[in-house]
Amino acid sequence: MTSGGLPAPGRSRDPGHRQESTNLADILERVLDKGIVIAGDIRVNLLDIELLTIKIRLLVASVDKAREMGIDWWEHDPTLSSGQRDLAEENRSLRERIGALEAGRAAAGDGERRAVERSDG
Amino acid sequence: MADALVYLYAVTDADAPEPDVEEGVDGAPVRRVGTGRLAAVVSSVDAVRFGEDALKRSLEDVQWLEATARAHHGVVDAAALAGPVAPVRMATVYLDDSRVRALLTDSAAAFTAALDRVRGRVEWGVKGFAVAPDAPRDPEPDPGSGTGPGASYLARRLAERRRAAHGHEAALEAAEAAHRALAATSLASRRYPPQDPRLSGRREEMVLNAAYLVKTEGALRQVVEEHTGRGLRLELTGPWAPYSFATLEEP
Repeated sequence: MTSGGLPAPGRSRDPGHRQESTNLADILERVLDKGIVIAGDIRVNLLDIELLTIKIRLLVASVDKAREMGIDWWEHDPTLSSGQRDLAEENRSLRERIGALEAGRAAAGDGERRAVERSDG
Repeated sequence: MADALVYLYAVTDADAPEPDVEEGVDGAPVRRVGTGRLAAVVSSVDAVRFGEDALKRSLEDVQWLEATARAHHGVVDAAALAGPVAPVRMATVYLDDSRVRALLTDSAAAFTAALDRVRGRVEWGVKGFAVAPDAPRDPEPDPGSGTGPGASYLARRLAERRRAAHGHEAALEAAEAAHRALAATSLASRRYPPQDPRLSGRREEMVLNAAYLVKTEGALRQVVEEHTGRGLRLELTGPWAPYSFATLEEP
């Protein structure tokens, strides 16, 4: 992703010491999970950051995104490479279901379930 | 500046040189806001793109996230080359410079203590991966010995599975021993949950994910070499700005 470009400023002073292309997972781990946590004026919920980490994992499993990010582990895994389209599809449908579940949480109670509980009691 | 917000990367010494970095998040120039002995490393950023709603949406956009995380890290890294640095979590945004100065003033003692803890020190990461031990060179089962190809396949799979389970235990133990040795050569250490293989992009199981605060990494490098092998592969990453150690509380 950074290959072929001009050497990044700030690194040229210290050649060979700093890594040119640092692993994105390592960077995300540090800039999102570590560092000083202060509530700025623009509120980004702490919970959002935790959810974000989960979401990144789901998104990384989406083949196109992962390839853009230079992650291609599935191409070396014979059990996955044949079904990569299914995996992306599955993730898409999972995300839709999560969205539907989140939207449905606020919805009205479930009449059918109450009917079942009555018949059990 | 009414249409700009202030994105905060890190806090450093007021007398440290300017970080040598071309641009920060969203291509914005990097500058410093100082008060007393402290300086904040900041960029003026677009008020719409870094407003609450846009920021929330953008954080879910992997491409935005990657670009912003790399830019944030680039500035922190440059600031760490220029002086002691306390990195602030990505996406910390203030309304204007006076709010940043107020933060520096209000938390001056805590920031100064954090900077003192990491002054002249760097963070190195060590990740340990369980690697399959080499399979013993068993001779192929004699096809004439009465076992069919199915039975010999199953026997082979069973042996592989036993070796893998044994290898996993051994790798975990080796990782613990490595961490003890690494921590003993460091000024401070912190352990983190192993990265998900999907995020690390690695198939091997991560059995150690830790950060160490050191003056120089020579001793760490030696321990990494000594403890690599026996089903464990250790990888050293760094030097990192002290993300794990420049905390406002004692780590």
